[in-house]
Amino acid sequence: MTLLVGAVAYDEKVLSIWAGFRSWLRQHGLQIDYVLYPHYERQIEDLVAGRIHVAWNSPLAWIRGQRLAHARGRKVHSLLMRDTDQDLTSVIVARADAQLSAFDLNGKTVAVGAADSPQATLIPLSYLRRTSAAPGPDLKILRHDVRLGLHGDHIGGEREAAAALLTGTADVACLLDATNLLLAGDGTFPPGAIRVLAQTPPYDHCNMTAIDTAPARLVDKFGELLLGMSYADPEVRPLLDLEGLRAWRPGRDTRYGALAAAVDEEGFYDSAGWITAADYEP
Amino acid sequence: MSTVISTIDLGDIGFGEGAHLLLKHVLAQVRPGGRVAVTGSHPALTADVMAWCRARGHPAEAGTARPEDSVRAWVTRGLSESYRWAGAERAGGPAPGQRVSEPSARWGLAARGALVERGGPLATYQLSREEQVWADLAPRLYAQAAAAQWDPATAVPWQAEFDVPDEIEAAVIQVMTFLIENEQAALVLPARFLTRIHPHFREVVQLLAVQAADEARHIEVFSRRAALSGRPLGTSTVSGRVSLFTLLSEPDFSLASFLLSVLGEGSFLSLLAFLDRYAPDQVTRTVARLAHQDEARHVAFGVAHLEHQAKVDTGLLPRLRSTVERRHEALSGTSGLNEDVFDALVLLAAGSWDPAAIASGFAAVRDLEADMYTGRVRRLTRLGFPPGEAAEISALHTRNFM
Repeated sequence: MTLLVGAVAYDEKVLSIWAGFRSWLRQHGLQIDYVLYPHYERQIEDLVAGRIHVAWNSPLAWIRGQRLAHARGRKVHSLLMRDTDQDLTSVIVARADAQLSAFDLNGKTVAVGAADSPQATLIPLSYLRRTSAAPGPDLKILRHDVRLGLHGDHIGGEREAAAALLTGTADVACLLDATNLLLAGDGTFPPGAIRVLAQTPPYDHCNMTAIDTAPARLVDKFGELLLGMSYADPEVRPLLDLEGLRAWRPGRDTRYGALAAAVDEEGFYDSAGWITAADYEP
Repeated sequence: MSTVISTIDLGDIGFGEGAHLLLKHVLAQVRPGGRVAVTGSHPALTADVMAWCRARGHPAEAGTARPEDSVRAWVTRGLSESYRWAGAERAGGPAPGQRVSEPSARWGLAARGALVERGGPLATYQLSREEQVWADLAPRLYAQAAAAQWDPATAVPWQAEFDVPDEIEAAVIQVMTFLIENEQAALVLPARFLTRIHPHFREVVQLLAVQAADEARHIEVFSRRAALSGRPLGTSTVSGRVSLFTLLSEPDFSLASFLLSVLGEGSFLSLLAFLDRYAPDQVTRTVARLAHQDEARHVAFGVAHLEHQAKVDTGLLPRLRSTVERRHEALSGTSGLNEDVFDALVLLAAGSWDPAAIASGFAAVRDLEADMYTGRVRRLTRLGFPPGEAAEISALHTRNFM
């Protein structure tokens, strides 16, 4: 029997990654095929419907998957994740010369990423609402909906948010910590131009989600093989570099609380996993 | 918790200004598992350290953020960076004597002597064994070649007084037309092979690159000399082109460099010396002399490489012989050297259409052919052919000279 693994083709490199994983896994005795999806909503619906066995999920798709599965009397579990999926943070940044506090952004314009980006929209906005004085700030949200359905995997939305901050269209911008580092490193943010106003508590990002109807033996073997991939192996290392990890870690589901709360605050999905966000069409 | 064994103060430098280099530098001095305390005053420091370390597999924790606690982040050196270099190997050493005889296809374009990460694509070079390409003389010849590059614009007295009779000028142009055609072949052939040689043998690649550049300059100066009087160029015959075609179609590097450098360019040394001697003008004499210097180097490399190879490959000499025989066979139906070229050489040596002068010029060209023949015999003997066999092979060489 062949294990069917879903992945979202957010970039051309996804094909190289999964062709490489498939070849490596087959060499190690596991028959897998991958199915590439144009967006996470289609993929998670197919996972819960049992059309694929495992899905390489965004954190937002994980939240939806839990709800969809629960509503159908099924269960999903986080099989594994990358080391780089653990303990991410988002930062709220401003121009260095702006007299601003993260706790008082009333009337200010906040540049965010795409509507479905956990790191550049949902989690940082929820954080701002929670940490501000009641009844919460009256924020003007400037969204950058680059490629909806990719859940912020495409960095374009964050780049546009950063540009809005630099040009003065926005007062602050919400970014993944690694994106902030990248933009400083590539010169988008000139030295000394940007100040970090606030940083969210850590949260987890993607995970390899399995549905309980999937063949357990194959799912377990898939998890064992990936966990055994070593960065010291020159055959595997280019794949890990492409996928952005040094080691796979056992999955955990304990650091998605901030995102689940944000989803509810935004009304992004309902409790049964239906999409309820306005004008969200992947 | 492990002991802190290092501290790095990043001052007010941020990660967009190079702070990560400082952190990387200190981590390189700590054993995997060792901890580094990071201090500094850049506002984004903690967030940046955490994001940077996560991507590189170094576990990190934020500092306490208490004013009295100056440590902004604690970083533990992870293992993955050292994993990257597990099994890495040196691609020989930088000096020519530190080369290896069979460099790995995995080394690709890495500098000789570099530490090469394992993995990556296989760069398959057809010529990847020392005996296929190497000559101990190659580094020295390359250095000589690089030092001997001349500028066609200034090395030739293009403005010198020019008073060549029309008929002699036509002969010069015919010879130049022939030389250009042959030098095109001599440019293409090394250029074609240098992409197939493992870059580990870099002096050989460099030498062939300069050889191709030499030929480019020869083509330029011969073309310029041909155009000097504004007359049309001479003729190109089918037999000449067929001869060069059989040279270019030889797929084996050693056999091709035997045909080109040892036999062809070797014969051209005699031809260029002949032109130097009988040139009717300063420009012709100079271009012949300059080309002769370069060609002598090409011949030296060809001979040195084949001498080197013949020592380790006892089957080489019979292969060289059969290559010449094969080519001779292929050219047996052609008419040999372009008659116009032969006649032009006679007229150049004669200096006029006076019958006695022509007889003398004819004898000079026969001497030239004899000189080419004995030059080939000498080089063939140096490669290890017995004198009798060397003479036989020399006689089978193409009548087209190249």
